[in-house]
Amino acid sequence: MLEVEDLRVEFTTDEGVVRAVDGVSFSLAEGEVLAIVGESGSGKSATVMSVLGLTRAAGARVQGSARLFGRELVTASEHELRGIRGAEIAMVFQDPMSALNPVQRVGDQIAEQIRAHERGLSRAQVDRRVVELMERVAIPRARDRVRDYPHEFSGGMRQRVMIAMALSCSPRILIADEPTTALDVTIQAQILEQLARLGEETRMGILLVTHDLGVVADIADRVAVMYAGQIVEDGTLDELFYDPQHPYTWGLLGSIPRVDRERPERLPAIPGAPPSLARTPHGCRFRPRCPHRFERCEAPPPLELRLDDSPGHRDRCWLEPGDKRRLRLVGGQVGLAAGGTVIA
Amino acid sequence: MARFAVRRTFSMLLVLFAISVLTFLIFQAIPNGDPAQRLAGRTSTPETVAAIRRTWGFDKPIYDQYLLTMRNIFTGKVISYTQEVNVDRQIAQDLPPTLSLAIGAGVIWLALGVALGLLSAVKAGGLVDRGLTVLALVGISTPVFLIGAVMLYVLAYKLGIFPNGGYVGLTSNPLQWFTHMLLPWAALSMLFIGFYSRVLRSNVLDAMNEDYVRTARAKGISERRVLVRHVLRNSMLPIVALWGLDFAATIGGGAILTESVFNLQGVGQYAAQSIGQLDVPPVLVIVMFGSFFVVLLSALTDIVFALLDPRIRLS
Repeated sequence: MLEVEDLRVEFTTDEGVVRAVDGVSFSLAEGEVLAIVGESGSGKSATVMSVLGLTRAAGARVQGSARLFGRELVTASEHELRGIRGAEIAMVFQDPMSALNPVQRVGDQIAEQIRAHERGLSRAQVDRRVVELMERVAIPRARDRVRDYPHEFSGGMRQRVMIAMALSCSPRILIADEPTTALDVTIQAQILEQLARLGEETRMGILLVTHDLGVVADIADRVAVMYAGQIVEDGTLDELFYDPQHPYTWGLLGSIPRVDRERPERLPAIPGAPPSLARTPHGCRFRPRCPHRFERCEAPPPLELRLDDSPGHRDRCWLEPGDKRRLRLVGGQVGLAAGGTVIA
Repeated sequence: MARFAVRRTFSMLLVLFAISVLTFLIFQAIPNGDPAQRLAGRTSTPETVAAIRRTWGFDKPIYDQYLLTMRNIFTGKVISYTQEVNVDRQIAQDLPPTLSLAIGAGVIWLALGVALGLLSAVKAGGLVDRGLTVLALVGISTPVFLIGAVMLYVLAYKLGIFPNGGYVGLTSNPLQWFTHMLLPWAALSMLFIGFYSRVLRSNVLDAMNEDYVRTARAKGISERRVLVRHVLRNSMLPIVALWGLDFAATIGGGAILTESVFNLQGVGQYAAQSIGQLDVPPVLVIVMFGSFFVVLLSALTDIVFALLDPRIRLS
């Protein structure tokens, strides 16, 4: 359904040109959940926002291609995009407190989206649809609550309102940008379960942006890991979790607290911070933070298939697959953070 | 709502009491302000002054004088010192020009302030925005007595397009009323338009970065609807607050300069004259009259706040 190819997003800032997204390609099929994972500032939000032409800062330049059922979105007019936003591609945002207009009733906010795309519906028809949508996302007493304001809902219920709004025009693709980050852990699980269920029911594709691998493990089919504006590894959920190829992915996986392992002194973290996107390091972008860097990393590694046994599992690391398997076991996912020795 | 009304009424009485006492005391403290001496005139004998002091009650203790003046004000019997006319009646007579000025200018500066502020924000950084910024600063920093005088000199005296000041009643001649009011409206509005458009511009720019505006865009609604429904409505609260107070102050005789420059014979001009003559009763009445409107409008503003933003509760 959605084909993104060599997408580039640049912002002109005081520090110079910042390339937030640098040649990102992925595709999303019907009924599929693709997770885009990465730290803050890795370009994951900029990627999905630019697909809808919603890149916030003025002076953003988007290049490359993003096609929805063959229609090009990057060069589409504002008018065309408006017809697609909310109707074919809908969005759910991170913080449901600030993502809903505080001075408009939630029912009206949902209705506004329906009216924007489907003319000629009577008031009663729209009202009925709003109540149905709210019932579908399991908001209790939906009939009464349509007239409430966002501040009268809990965080989880507000996110359900956002999801109801996103579903209102039966979109083919749902972009969920950190949909559970602002919620309590117990609520997170409910919302994810709901998203997964709705995805299955409607066969819509879900593009899930998150930094939380726990969320990914719950509902994703495929995963793309982003670092410094590029995808550094992508593959199926199992490939990434059981056979991670890129040291950055190891670091991310090592940062998840686990109950099935001996508890480390402190939860490991990847040392250092992501590079400034105005001055990306030459060669492999993860090199400055990577404990396993060697001479070859001076040259930028392409994103390509490096494993014979799993087609579709690509990564951007020069290490030999055999070395990778050994290193991540020896150093271990935990050792990566503590270590700093250069092997090879 | 009932509790809100009771509380606001109570606080209004408190404000009126405090303001009137303060004003009264200030005039007691002003040097050369002895009203008996002033009423008697420069060439008066001590006997006349003493007689005046007795008949007007100036020989009584201050709190007695205050109570007497207050009673006279509220029974409509208060007399000014200089012209010895009934102050309440004089103010009732001066009210139409002041109301005409306040309502007309209030509507103009609110509408243009919001429109230009919104335009400025939408075109932020561009030529239109920069031009409007300069104009706003000119409007804010040019005093009314200069703008008004220049307007009168050029448009009324030299070109003769507008009447040279004065007021004509709305009921006696609507067209004349309108032409007489246009210049005062323009002069008074200019300051507020500049100020309001700057305030609204920054509010709109803040609101445009809000997450719910991004949500609105992601819904696929038109940019115009995003602006009006989601951005503007959330940017209006400070403007409503400002407008309430500025409008109240203008009704209460606050547009002293505008009324005087255009010789509108309104409450503000009366206040200016009375202060010049240290005429305590009119000043007292006008100050209380103005405070009444300020307190009343601030209560109304709170009600509008609650209507605009459901998170705000009255009381």
